[in-house]
Amino acid sequence: MTMVSEYSFGGDEHLFVKISESMSIQAFAKALTIAERLKAKNIDGVTEICPANASLLVRFDPDVIAPEKIKSITEEIDGTLSGTATNIDTRFITIPVFFNDPWTTATAQKFRDRRQEPDLSDIEFAAKSHNMASVDEFIHRYSAAPWIVTMVGFVAGLPFCYQLVPNSEQIQLPKYLRPRTDTPKLTIAHGGCFCSYYSVRGAGGYQMLGISPAPIFEADSKLTYFQDSMIFFKPGDIIKYRPISQKEYERLADEANKGTLQLDIKNVTFSIEKFMNDPSQPNLAIEEK
Amino acid sequence: MIQVLDGGLSTTIQDLGRPGYYHVGIPLSGAADIEACTIANWLVRNEADAAVLEGTLLGPKLQFHADTAIAVTGADVEVKVNDTVHPMWEQLKIKKGDVVSFGYPKKGARIYIAVAGGIDAPLVLGSRSTYLAGGIGGLSGRRLKEGDSLSTVQQQGAPTAATHGAPAEQLRDGSSPTLLRVVSGLFSYRLTDRSLDAFYNDEWKVTNESDRMGYRFSGGRKIEFAPRPIPPFGAGSDPSNIVDAGYPYGSIQIPGGIEPIILHRDAVSGGGYATIGAVISADMDKIAQLQPNAKVRFQMVSMEEALEARKARKHRLDTLRDHIKRPV
Repeated sequence: MTMVSEYSFGGDEHLFVKISESMSIQAFAKALTIAERLKAKNIDGVTEICPANASLLVRFDPDVIAPEKIKSITEEIDGTLSGTATNIDTRFITIPVFFNDPWTTATAQKFRDRRQEPDLSDIEFAAKSHNMASVDEFIHRYSAAPWIVTMVGFVAGLPFCYQLVPNSEQIQLPKYLRPRTDTPKLTIAHGGCFCSYYSVRGAGGYQMLGISPAPIFEADSKLTYFQDSMIFFKPGDIIKYRPISQKEYERLADEANKGTLQLDIKNVTFSIEKFMNDPSQPNLAIEEK
Repeated sequence: MIQVLDGGLSTTIQDLGRPGYYHVGIPLSGAADIEACTIANWLVRNEADAAVLEGTLLGPKLQFHADTAIAVTGADVEVKVNDTVHPMWEQLKIKKGDVVSFGYPKKGARIYIAVAGGIDAPLVLGSRSTYLAGGIGGLSGRRLKEGDSLSTVQQQGAPTAATHGAPAEQLRDGSSPTLLRVVSGLFSYRLTDRSLDAFYNDEWKVTNESDRMGYRFSGGRKIEFAPRPIPPFGAGSDPSNIVDAGYPYGSIQIPGGIEPIILHRDAVSGGGYATIGAVISADMDKIAQLQPNAKVRFQMVSMEEALEARKARKHRLDTLRDHIKRPV
């Protein structure tokens, strides 16, 4: 599949590169690769390089680098990439999730007038709209295949994740009719084809499915997995959700408060080529290092 | 030491921001009106990037526990030192024990209070700016409240050399409706031609749901997006939806075609709504001074015009700096 990027400026300080109008793992990989190569060039006047799901945003100081100049540098990198499949050296992280929990259910109830099916919880709505017999079947489907972080943002440290399954099997849900003004911290939620993991409490429009005990944005944290950065996730990280009970959630949340919670993190290589050849077997594309 | 007697509506510590972390969702933050913040700092002989207090609509009430110099800029308010009214845009000498308070803005929305030596706070990712949504920077990542005490980076007590006040005719034009110039682009092709015209021709009003993250507008015609038979995979079904992408500072989105939102210094870094262009850098400060119900018009400009405006702003500020800092 050849993708031809479209270039546009956002005011006088941003270059926006739209890799593709629709989401695909290839578009994501291309955005990430352009971002990495741009970063490696250490260009004077470039202040932010933000890869996203299927696009890239670059912020620059036009007093230092002319808009046309940063555009042509980016186009040049972009031009060398067509057709290349990429391997990503990344992390494989297991995240415990208490699905169908009482807190996100109560929040959904509070905003019932902003939802498609006010009489169902968000996860019941998700199961029903995918013709599944039960919420348990939905939870199984959600946690069976891994997810890849394709964008970090919206608010500090919030990952957007794309499930490593064929497009025909992607879970797709509409966002709330009107966004909520509140979402519990560490909610796992879904909108469009993306899963998000709310790093902080706040507004949101994705359908809420569960809650994790593991913080992912914390300044001055005692948790060892924050030793490199106050932001845990990076684009390219691979996540697998492990469903847990309320009892285990409470135990792990307590560990998180005490600063002793550990996450299972492995270093892996993800082959985009292998995944594209057979998206129904994502585990074959992920190799532990 | 500075004692906070009243925090005001939303007063935060800000400097010129925290670049370099937008890719993980941490926005620049920093003074919403960079020009006013910079001038306030120059007036007390601070560097432009020293941390200041940014007050919103209802300013704070502060008691100073050492002799110092301050300057107040931004929205047009009455500045009182104890019971006496003092001018804005000038250096003010403060005596130990003085109480400084502010009236409601006659015009504008945000005031900047610079204190000689610069407000102190721990540097978080290289900046003292408060990012409220993330709870970092400034004073524990939150607004000031009664009982807080603040200190300055450089010790207070030493006299600050006098400066020249900023002449009114060299300050930004504050006429209404506020004209915001926009470089059109990004996903602007998603709008119908008629709606693109409506956006640039109609008069818009600031709504109450406006803050450092974004300014929201109403009053113009409903905006229609070009129909698409099948939404792109992963975008969502509403015609204003896109596959979640990065949002430039100043970018304009119109969720559901109802109310345009301009993202400001505490921007959400990305999301799933089509953006149709971005306000030029030279006009971003103007947004910070819009009160609820203020009238706004949008004007489409080219990149060349945007860069010209940026240059003109820089030139005006350079002239002001030289004027203010010239020996008295």
